[in-house]
Amino acid sequence: MIAGLVNFFGDKRFAKLRWRLLQMVLVLIVIADVLMPRPHAQYFWQAIPGYSAIFGFISCVAIIFISKFIGHSGGIMRDEDYYD
Amino acid sequence: MTEWLHPALLMLLGALVLPLLGGVWQKVTSVLVPLLALISVAQITPGSAGQIHFAGVDLVLFQADQLSLLFAWVFAIMAVIGNIYAWHLDDTGQRVSAFLYIGSAFGVVFAGDWFTLLVAWEVMAFASAHLIFASANRAAVAAGFRYLMVHVAGGVLLFGGIILHGLQTGSYLIGPLDHGQGGLAYNLILISFMLNAAVPPLSAWLTDAYPEATVTGAVFLSAFTTKTAVYVLIRNYPGAEVLIGFGVAMALYGVVFAVLENDCRRLLGYHIISQVGYMVAAVGMGTEMALNGAASHAFAHILYKGLLFMGAGAVILMTGRRKLTELGGLYRSMPITVFLYMIGALAISAFPLFSGFVSKSMILSAAAGDHRAGVVLLLTVASSGTFLHTGLKLPYYMFFGKDCGLRPPEPPLNMLLAMGLAALFCIGIGLFPQLLYAQLPYPVDYHPYSDAHVTESLALLMFTLLAFVLFLKYLDPEKTISLDTDWFYRRGAGLFMWLARHPVQIWEHWLITLGDGAGLRLMQHLSRLSLRIDTRLIDAAVNGVAATALRLGHLLRQLQTGIVSHYALVMIAGVIALLGWPIYVAMGTP
Repeated sequence: MIAGLVNFFGDKRFAKLRWRLLQMVLVLIVIADVLMPRPHAQYFWQAIPGYSAIFGFISCVAIIFISKFIGHSGGIMRDEDYYD
Repeated sequence: MTEWLHPALLMLLGALVLPLLGGVWQKVTSVLVPLLALISVAQITPGSAGQIHFAGVDLVLFQADQLSLLFAWVFAIMAVIGNIYAWHLDDTGQRVSAFLYIGSAFGVVFAGDWFTLLVAWEVMAFASAHLIFASANRAAVAAGFRYLMVHVAGGVLLFGGIILHGLQTGSYLIGPLDHGQGGLAYNLILISFMLNAAVPPLSAWLTDAYPEATVTGAVFLSAFTTKTAVYVLIRNYPGAEVLIGFGVAMALYGVVFAVLENDCRRLLGYHIISQVGYMVAAVGMGTEMALNGAASHAFAHILYKGLLFMGAGAVILMTGRRKLTELGGLYRSMPITVFLYMIGALAISAFPLFSGFVSKSMILSAAAGDHRAGVVLLLTVASSGTFLHTGLKLPYYMFFGKDCGLRPPEPPLNMLLAMGLAALFCIGIGLFPQLLYAQLPYPVDYHPYSDAHVTESLALLMFTLLAFVLFLKYLDPEKTISLDTDWFYRRGAGLFMWLARHPVQIWEHWLITLGDGAGLRLMQHLSRLSLRIDTRLIDAAVNGVAATALRLGHLLRQLQTGIVSHYALVMIAGVIALLGWPIYVAMGTP
C-alpha cells in the first residue's frame, strides 16, 4: 500500500492525474477558506477572500527568485572546491 | 524530587559500562539505558536536590519544574529513537560519545546553578564533536575542529558572563536575568546561548559541521545542542525583545540559504536554523502563550527534525551520495523511507493533523495576540519556505525527479523502526495536541483546529505547492557551496597562516641570518676580547696568586726546626699572648 502510494507520486504515468487532482484540491481549499466564518479576524487582509492562498503563492515565488538572485549576484554560491 | 537516578547520571554510568560490553550486549545496553532514563524522567516530580555549598558558592545540581521536565521527556524519547537508529553500528566510540552528549543535555535542563550548567554545557560540546570526528575523513575532521573551536569560544563567553553575574548579584542560581539588563554579564551569557541556538551570524558552525557528521551522529546533533539553547533562553531570557528580531531574521535566513543548497543534510541544517528562529522569536515575545509555543515547538521539532535527518541519513548510508545533483529516482526502491520521511516533512511544514501544526500555530497566535503583525507575516513567509524545501525540494530531488540510476534497497530494519517511532510521535502530537499542551510550563487555553486556521494553513501550503510545480526548473540544485559566516574564520585562518608563513617567517629568517652576518662578526669580536681578558688578566692573576703561595710556603718551611721544645716554646708564648692581651687591655682602662 505504501509502495503504491509513493509510486503514484513518482510514476510519470500518473502525471496528468496528479495535476488534475491538485487543481481540484486547490479549488476546494479556496472555496472552504472563503466560506469559513472569521469571528476573530484581527487584520484587514483577513477579509480578502483567499488571502492565504495568494500569500502562499507569492511567498514561494519570492523565496525562489530572491534567494537565487542573492545567491548568484551576491557572490554567495561558489565552486565546490572554494575552500580547498 | 527524584526517587530515581538522575537521568544524566544514568547516561554517564551507561557510557562507562558500554566499552566493557561487546556485540549484541552493547547494542542492547545502548537502547536499554535510554529506556531507563525515560522511566527515570517519568518518576521525577518538580523540586530540587543535591544542594551543595562549595567554595563559598551555593550549587544546586538538580532542579526540576514543568519546563525542564518537558525537555527531559523529549530528550529521553529521542535518546531511545536515536540509539535504535544506531543499533547496526559497531562503533563503541560513537555510542559512548552519544551517551555523554545526551547525559550532559539532561545535565543542562536539570541544572539549578550556573556552574553545573557550565560543566554540562562543555561536556556537550566535546562529546558531540566526536560524532563529527567519527566520520574519519579529512573534511569531517576539519569541520569538527572548527565546530569545537566555535563552541569552546562560546563556553569562554559563558564562563566570563557567569563570573561577572555572580560577582554582581552574589548568587549563582539559575533564573531570569533581570538584573543588569544590557550589562556585560547579561550580554555575554546571551551571546553564548545565541551561539548554541545557531542565531546568525553565529550559526555557521551548524551547517558547517552537521553534514559532515556520521549518519547516526547527525541525528543526535540535530536534537540536542540547539534545543538545550532554546531551553536556557526560555529559562533565563524570557521577554528579551532583542530576540524577536533575531528570531524572525533567522527563520528567513535559513529559508533563503536552503534554496541555494545542494547537500541534503546541509539543507536540513538550514531548516534547523529557520525553525529555531520561531522559538527564539517566541522567547523574545515572552508572553505565557509565546513561551508555551517555544517549548512545544522545540518538543515537536526534535522529533520531526530527527525523522528528517534519519531519512536523509538512510539515503546517504545506502547510496554513499549526499548531493541532490547526484540523487533522484530512489522512490522506486526505497518507498518506505520516502513515506516515513514525508511524515516528518509534513510535520515540519505544519500541515494540519501533524505535530508542527499544533506547536508552530501557537507561536503565530501568540505573536498575533501580542499585536505583532510584521512578525506574523514574516514567519508565515518562512512557513511557506519550510514546506518548499523540506517538503518539496529535498524529497523531489532526492527521491523523485531525474533518475540517478541507483536502486538501493531500504535501510536496515532498525533504522526503519526508529523512523517509524518518530513518525508515530509526529502524527500522535498532531492528532492529540492536548497531551503535549498538558505538559507545558503555563496553563494552555488554545485550540489549533478552530476557526479558519485549518483552511488558511492548507491554502498557504497547497499554493506553495502550486508555485513549486510551476517554477520547478528555477529550483534545480546547482553544484555549488554557499558562503556563510564561517568564511571569516575559514579564510581568516588562511590569512593567519599567510601571516605565519610570510611576515612572521621572514622576520624569523632575518633574525637567523642576522646571527650569520653582522651579528656573528660582533660575537667573534666579543669572544676575542674576552679571550684576551682571560689570558692577560685572569690567568696572570691566578698565576700570581699561585707564585705567592709557593714563595710563602718556602719561607714557612725554612722557619720549621723540627725540635719539640721550640714548638712548645712558641705555643706557650702564644697562650701568654692570648691571655695577656685582654689583661693588658683591662688594666690599661681603669
